[in-house]
Amino acid sequence: MLRQALAITRISISSIPERWAPSLVIVIGLAGVVAVFTALLAMATGFASTLKATGRTDFAIVLRGGSQAELNSALLREQTDLIEQGPGIRSGADGKPLASAELMIIAELIRKDDVKNGANITVRGVEPTAFALRPNLKIVAGRKFTPGLRELIVGRGVLREFQGAEIGKTVRMRGSNWTVVGEFEAGDSHDSELWTDVNVARTTFGRLGSSSVLVALDGPDGFQKLKTAMAADPRMTVDVIREQDYYDGQTQQFRQTIGFLAGVVTIIMALGAVFAALNSMYAAVAARGKEIATLRAIGFGGFPVVISVMIESLLLALGGGVLGALIAYVLFNNLSVATLGQNFTQVVFNFKVTPELVLRGLIIAVVIGMLGGLLPAIRAARLPITTSLREQ
Amino acid sequence: MTRSGFVIANLFRKRTRTILTLLSVIMAFLLFGLLQSVNHIFNAGADFVGATRLMTQARVSFTQPLPISMVPKLEAIPGVARVAFSQWFGGVWQENTQLFVFAIDPLRYRDVYPEFVMPDAQWQAFANTRTAMIAGKLIADQYGWKVGQKIPISSNIYPQKNSGNAWAFDLVGIFDGKDESWHKQTNVVFINRDYFDEANAFGIKGRTNFFILKLADSNRAEAISKTVDAMFENSPDETKTQTEKDFNLGFIKQIGDIGLIVRWILFAVFFTLLLVVGNTMAQSVRERIPELAVLKTLGFSDGSVLGLVLAEALALCLFGGLVGLCLATMGGAMVEKGTGGQFQLQLDASVWIIGVAAIVLMSLAVGLLPALRARRLKIVDALAGR
Repeated sequence: MLRQALAITRISISSIPERWAPSLVIVIGLAGVVAVFTALLAMATGFASTLKATGRTDFAIVLRGGSQAELNSALLREQTDLIEQGPGIRSGADGKPLASAELMIIAELIRKDDVKNGANITVRGVEPTAFALRPNLKIVAGRKFTPGLRELIVGRGVLREFQGAEIGKTVRMRGSNWTVVGEFEAGDSHDSELWTDVNVARTTFGRLGSSSVLVALDGPDGFQKLKTAMAADPRMTVDVIREQDYYDGQTQQFRQTIGFLAGVVTIIMALGAVFAALNSMYAAVAARGKEIATLRAIGFGGFPVVISVMIESLLLALGGGVLGALIAYVLFNNLSVATLGQNFTQVVFNFKVTPELVLRGLIIAVVIGMLGGLLPAIRAARLPITTSLREQ
Repeated sequence: MTRSGFVIANLFRKRTRTILTLLSVIMAFLLFGLLQSVNHIFNAGADFVGATRLMTQARVSFTQPLPISMVPKLEAIPGVARVAFSQWFGGVWQENTQLFVFAIDPLRYRDVYPEFVMPDAQWQAFANTRTAMIAGKLIADQYGWKVGQKIPISSNIYPQKNSGNAWAFDLVGIFDGKDESWHKQTNVVFINRDYFDEANAFGIKGRTNFFILKLADSNRAEAISKTVDAMFENSPDETKTQTEKDFNLGFIKQIGDIGLIVRWILFAVFFTLLLVVGNTMAQSVRERIPELAVLKTLGFSDGSVLGLVLAEALALCLFGGLVGLCLATMGGAMVEKGTGGQFQLQLDASVWIIGVAAIVLMSLAVGLLPALRARRLKIVDALAGR
């Protein structure tokens, strides 16, 4: 029986070129579904992995209690001093705690493809330890800002998507000009930021304290030590969050929204593709009615016919799936886009077409191919031999 | 048999095929409707506001508050009728639901936004009760708030002096929009800014995120916004003033490239659909070549044979397309209701117009080639099966 099935499949597949139009419908239909599915999820994956890369498990971020994001948080100078001297924080080479009180403010830059609407960009005021805490952040052009001066360094991502922050340009903030003196690359969401000296930022923006304190944890129980100490201190209400959990939490809403969108769009498109595949396979079966009837007449069984139709449908679907994944990869992989993050500022990230997404897309294609092939296959096997043979 | 009867009978000769094709067309237009309405939000979401108001924010970013002492200077500018202001509160309902809560000066806001309607007594109560809040109809309905209740709302930015993140306000009024599009804007809460100013532990006193300038004459919007920005140039509180419409559009644009992605999806869907339906039409004409030849023999002109085939394509696309758009309208309304108006997926007239245009275009695209083929048929060749 297997040999029969193989033989019929070979015949049917070699005759596909003669019936290319309906076969193409399946391929294109599935390519559309898989391309859309993969592209949408590649966006969610890219966003999540950019933010996830920012957070480390052996770091913690301290925010004002209940503030959820750095933008909303504010800590007074006394509080940040207490946090930096808290327990569970690793010491640097100079014996001081590895902690960085940072101030997050927002400035507007204009997108490259826009002329007037500003987009919110994070400006991070940092102390020198901030660089020690993020060794992956490298100055790739120009130099670091000089403490005490109104100078900025700009992330790669900002340069990619927004205008007016190139090295040598000035950015206008609060009635004064800030010169961009360097460009940095970190490979994570800091690439969507401008950095400057925290004290200059404080005086310019009239903010006394900081938004957050980032600390390197000392050993596996460092987190718990710091958290317990902060909770016990009546002088402050703060949230101590592992840095990776913090950044992971920032992606949740986006992932949910895109996941929902991808789900709805894929289901609707997949249904459309199933109907189209059914149509094409019915047509294929009808076109091959005489041939199938002949095979049945010379002794081939019904089951091999079913198998051959199913295999044809599956192969076409798989071909469409591969084509779709390829289209998504070529058009979207590493495509740089920017959207609003939880801090209400732009996060620049790249689409990521991962092997896992491609695999999921191909599974969808195979399922659609099966659904589209099954009914026509059964009809093919049930064709009354005599009438089919007599048909023109 | 009438011509339309003939077209329909032809469509239903291969019932399975017609039904399956119809279903794919329906799915495609369901998706088209939903995505087009999402697209619509990104492109023209703020149409209803008109140009009688300007929004003034800090030039660096609207998250940087401006001093309220600017109000008299703004009101002194000729052409500015009234100035209101609003401050983002960072409202959070229950565990983690973000609310749109703004601290405002009640009577100024009322003058600047006559589109929000509420009984006068409630406005007075709002102005005269320090701890008062008013809620839009949409949000009040969603959470079942009633006038007279004390509503606990926390802030993720400003702690209350005595109670930390938890605040509570007396609901003294519920306002609605003057029409449907303004009704959809009533998912906001307003609190009294005097109380906010005094009770927040942060000491941001006398500052606010936005000034809203109501103009006496909307034609002077551009000149006035230049005047405002020039007035505060080179101060720490430089301003950026734009029309309310531009402001809203800019706000939506911050979400970024989603609109672009949506257009890509639409393109993929349409391309796919075009092939599916086009192929079906081509196939059905191919199978009927001898019949079409018979029709021509009977005296049907080339033009009317072309018309018959085109009519079939149109019937298929029109029926499937309209059903799909109806489903999308219902689905959009369901999404809007399910999210309490937060996510407004309305398929309004403009989406329908684009949808119908797409249906007609698509019928032509898929029907024209087979129809031309039918028109060109030579009777003798076709009957002979050549």
